[in-house]
Amino acid sequence: MNRYEHSVCLDVSKCNGCTTCIKHCPTEAIRIRDKHAVINADRCIDCGQCIRVCPNQAKKANYKKLEAMDGYKWKIALPAPSLYGQFEDLDDVDYVLQGLLDIGFDDVFEVSAAAELLSAYTRRFIRREGVKRPIISSACPAVVRLIALRFPSLYDNIMPMLPPMEIAADLARERAKKQHPELSDQDIGVCFISPCPAKVSYVAQGFGSRKSSVDCVVSMQDVYFALINVMHKNKTPTPVSHSGMIGISWATSGGESSAVFNESYLAADGIRNVIDVLDEIETGKLPQLEFIELNACEGGCVGGVLAVENPYIARTRLQTLRRYLPVSQNFLGDDPDNRIPDELLFTDKPVCRPITRLADSMVESMRRMSEINRLCAELPGLDCGSCGAPTCRALAEDVVKGEAAPEDCVIRLCEQLKSECAELRRRRIGPPRKENAE
Amino acid sequence: MSETLRFHFDVDGDNFTSAGQASVQVKKILRELGVSPEIIRKVSIAMYEGEINMVIHAGGGEADVVVSEEYVEIILTDHGPGIANIAQAMQEGFSTAPDNVRSLGFGAGMGLPNMKRYTNTMEIESEVGKGTTITMRVNLEET
Repeated sequence: MNRYEHSVCLDVSKCNGCTTCIKHCPTEAIRIRDKHAVINADRCIDCGQCIRVCPNQAKKANYKKLEAMDGYKWKIALPAPSLYGQFEDLDDVDYVLQGLLDIGFDDVFEVSAAAELLSAYTRRFIRREGVKRPIISSACPAVVRLIALRFPSLYDNIMPMLPPMEIAADLARERAKKQHPELSDQDIGVCFISPCPAKVSYVAQGFGSRKSSVDCVVSMQDVYFALINVMHKNKTPTPVSHSGMIGISWATSGGESSAVFNESYLAADGIRNVIDVLDEIETGKLPQLEFIELNACEGGCVGGVLAVENPYIARTRLQTLRRYLPVSQNFLGDDPDNRIPDELLFTDKPVCRPITRLADSMVESMRRMSEINRLCAELPGLDCGSCGAPTCRALAEDVVKGEAAPEDCVIRLCEQLKSECAELRRRRIGPPRKENAE
Repeated sequence: MSETLRFHFDVDGDNFTSAGQASVQVKKILRELGVSPEIIRKVSIAMYEGEINMVIHAGGGEADVVVSEEYVEIILTDHGPGIANIAQAMQEGFSTAPDNVRSLGFGAGMGLPNMKRYTNTMEIESEVGKGTTITMRVNLEET
């Protein structure tokens, strides 16, 4: 298996091994070893939960700085629609787009415009017969990886369509080449302004055998601080925005699914809620639904860890922004065959080893589980995290895998020490006194 | 005889909102053992229905689950009113559930029929006034 390149990483010098992150990781991918956190790359889904909760800012996302674009002759910015929700008193998206040109980009292509096309293609996809239902959105890379690792039986339910960022990158490149035929592929640099680390990993990783068309992913925070210096109300921006209500609504939970124009949908946000919903779908307890939108971050993309503003405030701002916009500004004609161009579909999904199984064979899994249960019964069940594992059960699993020892349990060690002390005292104080007396 | 794993759950009859928790636990266990999703689905639906029945009709009970390499066995034991006419209870749509649970969508008379449908074998032992024991088995051979 190829090694997955993660964006979420650790600054060892800042980590004091406080155990906060291990408790919040939805895939139990983190342990404390040698007084600092260690992330298991096979389990991490880049959701950014640990970045959010770390009290020492030791968890961070790897992304490029804006200077990384300097080497390209033609620099294109791809703003995620969540960017528009970061600014106070913004009444026109064009101020943001003008700002991006003012800080040095040569062109801007809104991801929300590509999202509107994707919504139109999604409506076609849903009309197709023989598609496995419910169809699960592929837009959130953390969710896609979560499904691969924890819900392999739902892997085929993922809509095989590229996310808006990728479609925007292709369209932006195409437009640049048309307008400036003198530019070569290497001259054009496409830069995605991201609210989350999962997109950074996605770009580094590609999807199956497909390489991402984005050259560089920068943090929304960095771009925000560059933009507030150049965005001025008194200067009228060049009108370049080309997306409507649908595209902008993709930034918040429920936006993508409401654009499907089909009432049989579910939209969930926040990684714990997402896991609950996937659990229900897997057991077949949910009524038949057509479409499922899942966002790892609370509130949707506006809740990403690289965003500046509180997600609910950003959401309210987006409501104001889209108020007088047309429903959509990117259309497809009617097509009775519900065609979707091949370049928008991914042909192969990445191969992942599911993490739910204890071992490859049922016999070995059963042996391990009985061993884990035996160990669990001996552990205090406090889930205190002092051993470095998030729960007593996780420690038992680690012991059975040979990655930890039962003595790592601090409570158990304490009790052992206590009884040894008592034993020592008995030996030293008990019988010797008699000898002294004699 | 190969090794088996045993799990025991108390099904709380006083707390309707927590009904169905044991089947969630079992689902987790089976997933860790690498049991196929189709089998997990069968087991968890059959067990869920049984759990709900114990809560609605019998004031709770106990659930014992045995996992072997060949099958998953679910034994549900309660000390409730018992089932007077098992053949009638097995009919789809027959229900003695009170109105307050019907408003939640239960009591459609599909519990026992679903338990039978999703398991390979099901035995009901019941005595009026004493209680009911249901033993269900789902074979793993398809995995």
